[in-house]
Amino acid sequence: MKSIIEIKNLTKKFKDFTAVDDISFDVKKGEIFAFLGPNGAGKTTTIRMLTTLLRPDSGKVFINGFDAAEQMHEVRKSFGIVFQDPSLDNELTAFENLEFHGILYNVLKDLRRERIEQLLKFVGLHERKNNFVKTFSGGMKRRLEIARGLIHHPKILFLDEPTLGLDPQTRSHLWQYIKKLNEEEQMTVFFTTHYIEEADKTANKIAIIDNGKIIANGTSEELKKQTKTNSLEKAFLEFTGSEIREQAGTAKDRAKLQGRMWGAR
Amino acid sequence: MKAVYIMWLRQLKRYWRSRGRMLGALGQPLLFFVALGFGLGPIYEKAGEGNYIQFLAPGIMAMTILFTSMFNGMEVIWDRQFGFLKETLVAPVPRFHIMLGRTLGGATVAVVQGLIVFAITLIFGFNPSWIYSLVALLFMFMIACAFTAAGISIASKLEDMQSFPIIMNFIVAPIFFLSGALFPLDNISPSLRALINFNPLTYGVDGIRGSLTLSSHINIFLDFGVIFGFMLILFLIGTYMFSKAEA
Repeated sequence: MKSIIEIKNLTKKFKDFTAVDDISFDVKKGEIFAFLGPNGAGKTTTIRMLTTLLRPDSGKVFINGFDAAEQMHEVRKSFGIVFQDPSLDNELTAFENLEFHGILYNVLKDLRRERIEQLLKFVGLHERKNNFVKTFSGGMKRRLEIARGLIHHPKILFLDEPTLGLDPQTRSHLWQYIKKLNEEEQMTVFFTTHYIEEADKTANKIAIIDNGKIIANGTSEELKKQTKTNSLEKAFLEFTGSEIREQAGTAKDRAKLQGRMWGAR
Repeated sequence: MKAVYIMWLRQLKRYWRSRGRMLGALGQPLLFFVALGFGLGPIYEKAGEGNYIQFLAPGIMAMTILFTSMFNGMEVIWDRQFGFLKETLVAPVPRFHIMLGRTLGGATVAVVQGLIVFAITLIFGFNPSWIYSLVALLFMFMIACAFTAAGISIASKLEDMQSFPIIMNFIVAPIFFLSGALFPLDNISPSLRALINFNPLTYGVDGIRGSLTLSSHINIFLDFGVIFGFMLILFLIGTYMFSKAEA
C-alpha cells in the first residue's frame, strides 16, 4: 500500500524552543493512525503543519502526494479536520455553521442537507439546530465541531483530541462512525488522543512523540513487545516516563506559552 | 464562487445580528455632522462658500464608510481569537475567493452604514441632486472595498485585539482629516494641498460630493481612476497578505 502522508525531517521552532524536532514517518492509505504524546509534546504543532496552517522551518510534508508547503490548494482538497480548540462561529446557528462548512467544501445541496440532518441527529443537537452556537455548552460545541468535520468525506481525516470532554456513549458512537467511514470509503484517519485505550482499540498504527521527537512507531503489539508490557497504556508510560507534564512549569513550557500569547501557537 | 457568496452572507448575517452595536457606531459621524455642520455653518456661509451642510454631508458619508470598512479587519482578528479563522484557512477554496467574499461582505456593510448616515443627513437639511446618485453609490462602494481590503491586510499580520484599534487610529484619522471631507480645497497652503492630493480618500470624497452636489474640486474621471486603481491595488495586497496568514 502506498503512503498518503509522508513526513520527512520536519522541524518547527518557536524562538529558541523546538516544538517539533526533525521527525519523519509515513501513514499508509486507509490506515487509522494514532499520534500519541504527553501534553506539549508537539502533536498539535505537527498537525498544524500537516494541514497548511503553519509553515515548517525545515523538512517536507506530502499529503496525498502533494507538497504541503507548495501545493496548498491540492493538499486542502485532500483532508478534513476536527480541531482541538474551538473553531465555530458563535454568531451563527448550529445549522448555519454546518451549512457554511458544506458550501466551502463544495458538498452539493441535496447531499449536504441530508448529511447535516443525519449528523445533527447523530451528535444529539437536532433540536438545537437553529440556536446560536454562543448559547451552547462546551460539550455541545465539541459535538458540533465533530459533526462539521464529517459533512464532507475527505481522503484523510485529522482529529485532534476529538473525544476530549465527551461522555463514553458519544465517544463509542463516534469511533464506530469513524471506523465505518474508514472501511466503506477507505478514508485515512489520523488522530491524537489522551485516552490510550481508544488508540489501542481503533488504530492500526501508533506513533508516540515526546519533546518534539518520535520515540516509538508501530502497531500496538509491537510497542508492547518493545517495552515488554501487557497494555498500551503501560507501554506509553514506559516510553514517555511517568513524570507529569505541567503546561507551564518548565522554562521550555513557558517559552511555548509565550509563543502562544504572541500567536505562534 | 459559492464560497464568495457564503463568506459575504456570513458578514451580512453578523451585521444584522449586531445591528444595535452597528447603529451605535453611527454616533461619531453624526456628532461630527451636527457639531461641525451647525457650528461652523454660519462662518462658512459668511465667507461666501454657501451652505456648509451641503458641503459636509458627502464628507461625513465617506467618513462613515472609511471607519466601518477599516474596522472590518477587526472581524479577522475576532475570527482568529475564536478559532474560526482556521476553519476558513484550511478550506479548499482559493485565498482569492475568501478575500473577495470577505471584502464584498465588509464593503456591503460599510455602504449600508453610509446610506443610513445619508438618510439622516437628509433629515438635517442635506439636499442632494438625485440624477447621479448611482454614481455616488459606486464611489461609496469602491471606497468601502478599498479600505475593507486595507483593514484585512493589516489584520492578517496582527495577532491581538489591542493593537488593532491603535494602529487604526494612526492610519484612519489622518486619512479622514486630510481628505477634504471637512473643508474646501481652494486657497489652502500648497504643502497641505500636496498631502491631500496624495490621499486616495480625497478622490473618493470628491467623487461622492461631485455626484451628489454637482460641485467638486477634481475631475470626476480622475476621481474614478484613482479610487478604482487604489481599490485594485489594496485588494491584491490583501489577497497576498491573507494567503500568508497563519492560524
